[in-house]
Amino acid sequence: MTETSEHIDTAPVPARRGIMRRVQDSWRQIITIIPFFYLLVFFLAPFFIVAKISLAELAIASPPFTSLIEWTDSGVMTIRLVFDNFIYIWEDSLYLDTYLNSLKISITSTVICLVFGYPIAYGIVRSGPVAKPILLFCIILPFWTSFLLRVYSWMGILADQGTINNLLIALGVIDEPIRMLYTEFAVYIGIVYTYMPFMILPLYANMEKLDGSLNEAAADLGSRPANTFFKVTLPLTIPGVVAGCLLVFIPATGEYVIPDLLGGGNVQMIGRVLFNEFSRNSDWPVAAAVAIVLLVLLVVPMMVFQNFQGKASEDQ
Amino acid sequence: MTVSEPVSATRWLDQEDQKPLVQIKGVTKKYGDVTAVDNVDLDIYPGELFCLLGGSGCGKSTLLRMLAGFEELNSGTITIDGVDMSNVPAYERPTNMMFQSYALFPHMTVEKNVAFGLEQDNVPKRDLADRVHEILKLVELEDFKKRKPKQLSGGQRQRVALARALVKRPKLLLLDEPLAALDKKLRKQTQFELANIQEKVGVTFVVVTHDQEEAMTLASRMAVMDSGRFQQIGTPTEIYEFPETRFVADFIGTANIVEGRVIEEGADHLSVETEIGDVFIDHGHSVSAGSRVWIALRPEKIRLEKTDSPANSPNEVAGVIDDIGYLGETSLYKVRLENDQIIDVTAPNQSRPMNRSHRITWDDKVKISWDASSNMLLTS
Repeated sequence: MTETSEHIDTAPVPARRGIMRRVQDSWRQIITIIPFFYLLVFFLAPFFIVAKISLAELAIASPPFTSLIEWTDSGVMTIRLVFDNFIYIWEDSLYLDTYLNSLKISITSTVICLVFGYPIAYGIVRSGPVAKPILLFCIILPFWTSFLLRVYSWMGILADQGTINNLLIALGVIDEPIRMLYTEFAVYIGIVYTYMPFMILPLYANMEKLDGSLNEAAADLGSRPANTFFKVTLPLTIPGVVAGCLLVFIPATGEYVIPDLLGGGNVQMIGRVLFNEFSRNSDWPVAAAVAIVLLVLLVVPMMVFQNFQGKASEDQ
Repeated sequence: MTVSEPVSATRWLDQEDQKPLVQIKGVTKKYGDVTAVDNVDLDIYPGELFCLLGGSGCGKSTLLRMLAGFEELNSGTITIDGVDMSNVPAYERPTNMMFQSYALFPHMTVEKNVAFGLEQDNVPKRDLADRVHEILKLVELEDFKKRKPKQLSGGQRQRVALARALVKRPKLLLLDEPLAALDKKLRKQTQFELANIQEKVGVTFVVVTHDQEEAMTLASRMAVMDSGRFQQIGTPTEIYEFPETRFVADFIGTANIVEGRVIEEGADHLSVETEIGDVFIDHGHSVSAGSRVWIALRPEKIRLEKTDSPANSPNEVAGVIDDIGYLGETSLYKVRLENDQIIDVTAPNQSRPMNRSHRITWDDKVKISWDASSNMLLTS
């Protein structure tokens, strides 16, 4: 008798716990499924569509490409993959040169952003409690205006009859306007200007976390300020540097609006080529192939970044 | 690390023929309108373990940071080993600091953290490795030298911080709340370890703490700070048994403080009329009759007697037990006097209460009394 009553007493408890755990587990599953689902619908599916188009042929149809899957009269399904688009991109030096030029411009812009962004971020972190929110606000403020409008206003500033040239002529510094708009210089200005906040903000977030007493500890142990910077501050801000560089480098490589508006026809970047293939030439398969190659180019630095972040989080 | 010869046992006692290592003269530090450190003077002698004790915001950490060179002085001078520090930056001072947060470099191993200071001095490689090894042996962390700070426990990090600060053999080691981040049991154990290490290496320590027990255990001498000023400087015994002000008497340990007026001043005694009754003091204080004074009494120096008879001599008052705090080894009795004032009395529980109830209990009529020498007379 006692045994059975004990059994009755204790049985419901583990059962209830089991249900709670199952509910908890299923919640955990649902929560992890959401981002996967998001990535599936908005990233992976479009990617496969683009990949599919890149393996098709141009056709006069709507949409303007052939289908990969064809049915013969006897009802057999055949899949035809055309790699001509990729071969075409590889053989026509225009594309290779444009890729290289895009990489050159985005890497140079990233370096310029880092060189100027690092001290700016450092300055904001070191600024007083009154100045800090104001300075941060100034960094974010440009986002309140449309990106397109801001690039247009750079056209007004850099044009032959623009603000800078008019000012310099009025001051008598120059007689002839300096050609700035529709040069690579203008593209650099545009990219560095647009992407600077993406360099500064991750650097700021990283530096803000640094314990200020580390600098004092280094000084206390006999290290001069410059040495402290290279031995303590810089190594500890590398995750911020990597994050900032990628946030500038990746979108800058595929940038379309800035080279189109500020570079005109004189600066070839892959984003413009892609757009032209897609809309003017209506050659969707080549445009898709260009996009796939760009993606592959950008995946490499992304993987380096992932690797780096893993190591850095192990450290700290 | 070469362990220097044992420090003389009387290191702080015979100060007359010793030159102070640190001389702080008229030092003031202001942050805007707030005076953090207010015109303080202090001499610290070689080999001392000096504690700066005070509540938060009393200026003790600011003073320590001024010694390290992290804060500029508004006025006054700090001299270390005869050299004026006004124009010496932190990285050139003969001091090392152990930070409250430890401030270990998270990207470096224990070994690299400890070696950092020596590398700045361009110590030759072989010598450097030896010194790092020796100091890690001293703090018992040899087996952990390849680990990063994150892979260590709180107590281990604390020892890395100590090793890193000691390895450069500073003339003066500054410790900012060195034990605050440890749990209570570890803290007690580490207090003694810290004092032992200090004795072994013979470096002068200045320790900032808000924990009076820690200061009492560690210090050879200590200064009690409040609102940027020193309230009293002395050995732990001097501070506890002979406080000079009500603040010190109350801050260090607990004290029952009663107000009174001197009614008779003799050559070797004083009689004071207080709110709780007459008090007779048998040690010589020269306070003129009629002046306002305070008497401080330590709870453990008061005797408790269960009796109905009224108090009839000085240093004796009748009361009723208002509350009891049973702490195991001692009990704290709150005795309500006739004027409703509460006096704290602690008594050791020297016998077991065999019938599970204590000899003295709630609402018992009691008489408290104390020795004439236990009265601590305070004039401010």
